[in-house]
Amino acid sequence: MNLSNTTFFGYKRENGRIGVRNHVIILPVDDLSNAAAQAVEAGIKGTLALPHPYGRLQFGADLDLHFRTLIGTGSNPNVAAVVVIGIEDGWSKKVADGIAATGKPVAYFGIEGHGDHETIRRASQKAREFVQWASELRREERPLKELWVSTKCGESDTTSGCGANPTVGNAFDKLYPHGVTLVFGETTELTGGEHLVAARCRNDDVRKKFQFVFDRYQEVINRHKTSDLSESQPTKGNIAGGLTTIEEKALGNIQKIGRKCLVDGVLDKAEMPTGPGLWFMDSSSAAAEMVTLCAASGYVVHFFPTGQGNVIGNPILPVIKLCANPRTVRTMSEHIDVDVSGLLRKELTPDQAGDRLLECMFRTANGRLTAAEALGHREFVLTRLYESA
Amino acid sequence: MIHFVVHEEGDGVGVVVVEGVKAGQELSGWIMEDDKDVQVTARNDIPIGHKLALRDYREGDTVIKYGVDIGKVVQPIRKGEHLHVHNVKTKRW
Repeated sequence: MNLSNTTFFGYKRENGRIGVRNHVIILPVDDLSNAAAQAVEAGIKGTLALPHPYGRLQFGADLDLHFRTLIGTGSNPNVAAVVVIGIEDGWSKKVADGIAATGKPVAYFGIEGHGDHETIRRASQKAREFVQWASELRREERPLKELWVSTKCGESDTTSGCGANPTVGNAFDKLYPHGVTLVFGETTELTGGEHLVAARCRNDDVRKKFQFVFDRYQEVINRHKTSDLSESQPTKGNIAGGLTTIEEKALGNIQKIGRKCLVDGVLDKAEMPTGPGLWFMDSSSAAAEMVTLCAASGYVVHFFPTGQGNVIGNPILPVIKLCANPRTVRTMSEHIDVDVSGLLRKELTPDQAGDRLLECMFRTANGRLTAAEALGHREFVLTRLYESA
Repeated sequence: MIHFVVHEEGDGVGVVVVEGVKAGQELSGWIMEDDKDVQVTARNDIPIGHKLALRDYREGDTVIKYGVDIGKVVQPIRKGEHLHVHNVKTKRW
């Protein structure tokens, strides 16, 4: 596929970023505010509540990550406007102010001193205004380079490494020269192949940063492990699918970054990249955690290869699933957007498979719902670094 | 008919990519890197996605896939046998 001068149709946001969805979200700051957020969603059609279990008595780097993830999620260009609800005003305002820096409409509400009823009434009023305003926004034609694409695989098996992941790699190699902003992560899932990623880093500075976060995550594993992690990493599902060791899983995982593109920079969890290219984000390898971090970093389309059939979605980031396992494609077809099982029968070349994924990427960016969106998968999972105070 | 695929010449394992492979079955493999064919007889029933050994292994040997070390052999494996968590473990954790 010749990608020169290709375009997609997206929503231009106040800060210049381009979104491919037009959500109005109701964002709870903490677990206590989920009920009110979901009540607003139930009453105002076209809004999306993002309930989650955290936000109380977190501190230090873990609290910073909590705020960065919530603010990043609200700031994502797939979101048109945000209603923030927290148990009290202070942290609610902090999250709302962070999102408001993008220029998009934001309002915040604290529950204390009002109760759920009054908070839901006031927040619903604002949510209705936002939804009606957002419903008049129109897509416009934008150059490919304004698309941000993330990847992370899940419930991988051996077909991921020979089929679905190299397909993402082929697509990344094609997108990279056109100035698209790309990201991969899954720090522990590079174990055994970390030298291959290090060799792909653009320069020694990037390589040093990569090695630092890789080693830091290995220390976490070594500090807490009670076994060789078999059934956790690789997961029970990975093993059922034929993956034997973390090294084997990692080497399959790394196929997602293709053969040509270089690793241009290293991001902390939910950190926003500062330019185009391929970024490595230090992250968990758990699907919903990693995809939530990609959304919080500003990515607008996600490539998700699976082998055994992970069913994940995300509330604001369209997750495109591709699979090369013919059994999974047959038994779980409603979850698979791009079938690349022909790769294993020599009926499809890697180049054709990559093009098939890119074609799906453009259709998704232009508004076609992914399987995960149509099925209502909205997994929003915040990464925690340690216990609450 | 491709029963199993091999990433690179020199890899010691193949990945079964069809359902229903039975012990005793003659299997045709495809080495993807250089588009070559290879034949192996399965010694076990092997599920889709699982690996078969392309050579004999002794305890302590290293298994190579993608041209890279993917772990150590913890009990002997014969060519054509099912190679998985019962006979191969990680070297890392």
